[in-house]
Order: sequence, then C-alpha cells, then structure tokens
Amino acid sequence: MGNVREIIAKRVAQELKDGDVVNLGIGLPTLVANYVPEGIDIILQSENGFVGMGPQAEAGKEIKDLVNAGGVSVTLQPGAAFFDSAMSFAIIRGGHVDATVLGALQVDQKGNLANWMIPGKMVPGMGGAMDLVSGAKKVIVAMEHTAKGTPKILKECTLPLTAAGEVDMIVTEMGVMVVTKEGLILTEIHPDYTVEDVKAATEADLIISPDLKMMSVSD
Amino acid sequence: MDKVRTIKEAMEHIKDGMTVMVGGFLGTGTPEKFIDYLIEKNVKDLTIIGNDTGFPDRGIGRLIVNKQAKKVIVSHIGTNPETGRQMHAGELEVVLIPQGTLAEQIRAAGAGLGGVITPTGVGTIVEEGKQKIEINGKTYLVELPIRADVALIKGAKVDKKGNIYYHHAARNFNPLMAMAADLVIVEAEELVEVGEIHPNDVMTPGIFVDMIVGGEA
Repeated sequence: MGNVREIIAKRVAQELKDGDVVNLGIGLPTLVANYVPEGIDIILQSENGFVGMGPQAEAGKEIKDLVNAGGVSVTLQPGAAFFDSAMSFAIIRGGHVDATVLGALQVDQKGNLANWMIPGKMVPGMGGAMDLVSGAKKVIVAMEHTAKGTPKILKECTLPLTAAGEVDMIVTEMGVMVVTKEGLILTEIHPDYTVEDVKAATEADLIISPDLKMMSVSD
Repeated sequence: MDKVRTIKEAMEHIKDGMTVMVGGFLGTGTPEKFIDYLIEKNVKDLTIIGNDTGFPDRGIGRLIVNKQAKKVIVSHIGTNPETGRQMHAGELEVVLIPQGTLAEQIRAAGAGLGGVITPTGVGTIVEEGKQKIEINGKTYLVELPIRADVALIKGAKVDKKGNIYYHHAARNFNPLMAMAADLVIVEAEELVEVGEIHPNDVMTPGIFVDMIVGGEA
C-alpha cells in the first residue's frame, strides 16, 4: 500500500465535477486539491471570505491578508472574489457549495458526524464545520479508517455531533462507503484489503454492495 | 463631524466589564494597534465577541493571554491553547457558536432583525436551550441577535468620513461588526481624504463608523 493520505485524497478528488464549488477542510482534505483530474476545474471556497483559492503560497511570496481558514498563506486563481463572513456562510448554508470534504473523529452508519470536540479533553470549537456539513450539497468524510486500530466508523457516534444525518460518503484507505436509507454500503474496496479486513476495522454494520468495485487510486 | 481621533482618545471609551466585538479571522483583519493599547491600559473583565481567539501572539489571543477577558463568544479556540487552559481552569467562560450563525447573529443585531432561523446545529448540543421552529417540514433553531458596547474593526483604507475599503481576506467579520455596536471604532491602515476611495469601492459605508484612528496616530 502506498501513502495512505495520498490514496484517500486521490479517491476523493474523483468525486469532484467540472465547475464544482468545493470547501476543503484543514489537513488531509486540503491535499484533495493536488489530485483533481485534468480538465476538471473546481472553485475552492475558503470560509474566511473568498472563492477562487489557489495553492499554498511559496515561501517569500506570501501576500498580505491572503490566508486560508487555517491561517496559512495561499494564492488566488483568476476570477477569485472576496466577501464578508455573512456572505461566505450564505454560500455555505445556502446550498451553493457542491461538496465539502472534512475529517472526522467519528462517523456513523446514519451519516452522523463528530469532529469538533472531545469533552473534557479537546474543545477546539466547531468553527465553520457545522454550517458546512448542514449546508453543502455533498458531504464527504476523508480520513484514515481507524484511529491507530480503534474504529472511527461506528453504529452510533458517542462524541458530540457536528451535524445529524448529513454525511453522504466516507473515503478511507480501505475503501469507499456511502450512507443510504438502508444503511452504510461499502461500494469500493482497496485492492490491498479483503472485505473481512474492512469489516474488522469497522464497528458500524456494513452492507457489502453486490457491485463492489476495486478502489481506483492509480492516477 | 470630525471622526478622526488619536488612539488614546478613542480607547478611553473602553472600560472594564464592557462587551467588545473585535474583527478579524485568526488575526487577519484584526486591529492589532487597538489590542496593543488595550494590553497597555490593561482593561479588565471584557466580554469579547469574535470569530476566534487567534493565536497567543496574534489577534484577540493576546488579550486572552494577558487575562483581560472574563468571557468570549467565538466559533473556534483551537489555535490558542491558553484559551482552552483558562476555560478548563474555570477562569474564562467560553461560548462556542457555529461560525455562520455567529456572523448572522451579529448581522441581525445591526440589521434590526429579531434573530435568525438556521438549520445549523439541529441535532447537536448547539440546540440545547433554544427555541426550535418547523417550517415546511424542516427544523430550524432560533438564534438571537448579538450586539456589543463597542466594535473594534480594521480597514485597509479609510477616509475621513469613515468609509472603509478592506484588503483580501481581511474583510471577514469587520463589515458585520461595524453595524452591531453602540460605538464603532475603526483602525485605518491608511487614512485618506474623502473622495480617495471611490463610492463603488466602499465596503462599509462611513455612516456606521463613529471614530477613526489613523495609521500613524
């Protein structure tokens, strides 16, 4: 198996369509922008107030006041636009973001997501995550399948939720799962794993798609 | 009406125990000279409203490190470990609000609205204690307006009537806060004569601004 983060980011990138407005969370989701297929133009939204975000700025070429939502210096794509926080979240909450990609502490088979606090331990706050998960047309969780062996894909989240029932898809290094009314369906599996491996690493009830495909992450 | 003040004249209006909104997002668009002055003056027991508590050495975070806040109302504290430490030690009350809700609550206060009705937070602990409304089969939370005694904002270019032009991502919460406080003080990176900002480029109309502190003042 190659680089786990790269595999996940590559697979998520295949979900994005030409012209999509996309919000990528900090960390692993940010890598997705590096693997968007050729011929597909996506417009990255940065919740601190612009669309048309480009890659991270090179050292020494930082532009004043041009940072992403994590405070990192970035660049602009042609056609970018700035706005205030109310418009930024009108875009997010109003259904104008086609896809949001976020990490998770826990996600469950009903599409519940927990990614903003561990009571008594770590309380960074929800920032824009609750609005993003409530408002984006498609919510993709991109994360490593387990936390060092402990399942993160559960029957039911135990941590405080970021949003209830909003997750559409989970992409990990082991495979792709989609949330449906019938439950959580494994639709793709990485060639290095068996269905039994995935089930063993997943606490949720996993429905195996009759059309189970190999996860394509070569290029 | 002359709105231009020295920083000392403007900051004298900020007293212990006040509720203060501070513009910026992780320090970008935050009036750092005002923060410098408030630290020097050591104004205490503030309730601070902002997107986040910045970093320990940047933005609102510096007021937290200097223990000048009794309460913060923000969407995120993760980039400033001192906020978490004071919260867990019981020294600082932290109210966390989803970022889009916070923006609309501030806007609502400035726009004369009785609140906002948002789906964000439904089914999470954010809904605890709040009124819920069902509209066309969908559940929403009622979130109330948020006002402050003073708003401290920052503009890249400000003319002497208080018209503001913001640069890049430094706009963020500044235009919203400029509408939502009894006293609005803007820190101008560059203070210019009236007419030097074209009316098409004005992002916050000067009518919202009470006091302007120029770049050098």
